[in-house]
Amino acid sequence: VRLAHQLAIESDLVKADMVESSEFPHLANKYSVMAVPKTVVNEELTLEGSLAETQLVTAVMKALT
Amino acid sequence: MPLLEESIRSQVSQRLEALEGPVKLVVFSQEVECDYCRETTALAHEVAELSHQVELEVHDFALETEVAQKYGVDKIPAIVVEGRQDHGVRFYGVPFGYEFTSLLEAILSVSAGDSGLAAESRRLLAELRHPLHLQVFVTLT
Repeated sequence: VRLAHQLAIESDLVKADMVESSEFPHLANKYSVMAVPKTVVNEELTLEGSLAETQLVTAVMKALT
Repeated sequence: MPLLEESIRSQVSQRLEALEGPVKLVVFSQEVECDYCRETTALAHEVAELSHQVELEVHDFALETEVAQKYGVDKIPAIVVEGRQDHGVRFYGVPFGYEFTSLLEAILSVSAGDSGLAAESRRLLAELRHPLHLQVFVTLT
């Protein structure tokens, strides 16, 4: 969550949400959240687990190109 | 009965002394059909009390739809952490437990207007041309 928010602060094009799964079960269901943390990128790509900064940045940039 | 214990309050208060600029916690909640709205509002209120740099603004999600739309808030409870500008930092659901640390860190970073990311990450992100929406699903346990 911390890292996602850092990306949002860095770039005006990035929005980052923490979503507490048990309070929003319909969303957890929609994105098949079985384990946390799970990051959903633009509704398309999902990344499982806790990610290092370079992993997350590289993965999202790759997904967008 | 406060949500934050006295020892936590003093730790938080100390950390918030490092704030470099004003931060606004914009909370969206409603009275009915929202299990954790009350806790989320109370938590934001307790945090805001610990620093003169942190301002609290509470909106009724059902009645103040224009404000919710302005912030792009589509579910509750929600906390927007806003600095001199809105960076797109949101918490949906009550940030208890480990996520309370995420909330404090968000407040500190937004206040400074600095992501704290490595130079290489900043370089890559500067190449973004399209909006990016990250939703990080967590649980509080």
